Amino acid sequence: MSDLNKLTIAEARDALAKGETTSVELTEACITAIDASGALNAFVHNTPEKARGMAAAADARIKAGNAQPMTGIPVGVKDLFCVKDVPSQSASRILEGFLPQYESTVTQNLWDQGAVMLGKLNQDEFGMGSSTENSTYGATVSPWKLEDGVARTSGGSSGGSAAAVAADLCLGATATDTGGSIRQPAAFTGTVGLRPTYGRVSRWGVIAYASSLDQAGPITKTVRDAAIMLGAMASVDPKDSTSAERPVPDYEAALTGDIRGKKIGIPREYRIDGLSDEIDALWSKTAEMLRDAGAEVVDISLPHAKYALPAYYVIAPAEASSNLARYDGVRYGRRAKLGAGDGVVEMYERTRAEGFGPEVKRRIMVGTYVLSAGFYDAYYNRARKVRALIKRDFDQAYASGIDAILAPTTPSAAFALGSADSSNPVEMYLNDVFTVTLNLAGLPGISVPVGLNGQGLPLGMQLIGRPWDEGGLLNLAQALETAAGFTAKPPRWW
Amino acid sequence: MAITQDEARKVAHLARIAVDDADLPALAQELNGILHFMEQLNEVDVDGIEPMTGVEPMRLKRREDVVTDGEQQDLVLKNAPDAREGFFAVPKVVE
Repeated sequence: MSDLNKLTIAEARDALAKGETTSVELTEACITAIDASGALNAFVHNTPEKARGMAAAADARIKAGNAQPMTGIPVGVKDLFCVKDVPSQSASRILEGFLPQYESTVTQNLWDQGAVMLGKLNQDEFGMGSSTENSTYGATVSPWKLEDGVARTSGGSSGGSAAAVAADLCLGATATDTGGSIRQPAAFTGTVGLRPTYGRVSRWGVIAYASSLDQAGPITKTVRDAAIMLGAMASVDPKDSTSAERPVPDYEAALTGDIRGKKIGIPREYRIDGLSDEIDALWSKTAEMLRDAGAEVVDISLPHAKYALPAYYVIAPAEASSNLARYDGVRYGRRAKLGAGDGVVEMYERTRAEGFGPEVKRRIMVGTYVLSAGFYDAYYNRARKVRALIKRDFDQAYASGIDAILAPTTPSAAFALGSADSSNPVEMYLNDVFTVTLNLAGLPGISVPVGLNGQGLPLGMQLIGRPWDEGGLLNLAQALETAAGFTAKPPRWW
Repeated sequence: MAITQDEARKVAHLARIAVDDADLPALAQELNGILHFMEQLNEVDVDGIEPMTGVEPMRLKRREDVVTDGEQQDLVLKNAPDAREGFFAVPKVVE
């Protein structure tokens, strides 16, 4: 078999089961692809020797008849998942040299199934960003480069994961989504990105950004692969107090292809100024596709949708300022060089000034401000009340019989690297306008590639599901994937 | 409300992030831009609404009150920038 790195997880699994290939061969194909992908800057810590050992063990397991769905499948891991003795920095200088002495539950679950670790993937520092430019490793470049030669973003924060999957460097990748960081990069790269219900996947060992919003999920080439990979990542975890006590169902079995009678809501508040005409047209077209497949499409209202973005940019920085207080130069990571007579406060202040990038510092300081005495009620508590109203909007929509909501993932296609105005951070925040709402409500969402824009860049549509109904959501997403028939791949230039 | 340079300095100190005086005007301006964006929230009627604390009503998990982990001093200290004699070492804290 040739081009093994281009297989989907499902194809690779079936080929492994039939003995048509081995995990060692699959893994070598990915390592070769990664070695030639330096221009993308997607993989930032490669672990080829670890991968070869895991692949050999997976082959032995397949031979012994003990294979599980992810056995022998080579994957990439977003940098912020702690992997024992492998650099895990969340793309921050402040965690330079940090080697976790324990394993995140998500990666442990994958290794327990026999998945193969290829290395760590680039991201925005601590998940804060929409372009993977805020990284101590430098920006990831999207494999989608057009004839104009412009280097575009693969999105963020999971831009390394999305670029690696789109460029066939790995068969699937782990990612996390705090405000859209799985779905937006997937939409920008023509891949599938699934953010599960909050609590479905353990946060143990996932370097925290905003604890009430963070949730891990997969970025894959197909919806079926997302179902397979989520099944391996999700678990009930006593080490995470917010891990839900709900058994993990067989997501692949939920892919029946039958969506007749399902009710899809179209939120009228999402028709915002600044939405590209192409995306608006694609939105109508994809609604039509779901209708043709037997679903009922109805208009719904989410009246507080427009307040999701400002509420998010109060709550997420507030939680970040608390979570990131741990980086003090004492217990792990990088400590600034101190002068004679410098005390502990100088050590904290200089370590953090040198170790954090500008966007992370900005969010820590915004968070510090909104939590400070005198402003706590005006900003933080008000934002949490608005969050309750946003969740109520969704609760009411679902109570009225909606099965899922269809909306664009992003207001536009991928933008050029370096195009953001660094003096106006709010402009970059507007990228998250369609994705943050569901993080605030804790809901599952999936971005499915559905077409190319006039320039030839991929566009994604997002389905938002009922809490805990990832199976039903994946089934709808697969119906959309089938109807849209998106097969484009970026021509190789790297 | 607008953040002054003095307030920006105070926030930076509360966050334990060193900021040069020369950078304070730009910082104050950025923070003001972000806070202005947040002020949209003032349009929302939140009377009688409880602040949301979690996405699902969930009882905090409980377990037996027993030791389940520990005796890993070497692992705990392994990533420390400066560890001595089984402790994390820091610059002098008390004069």
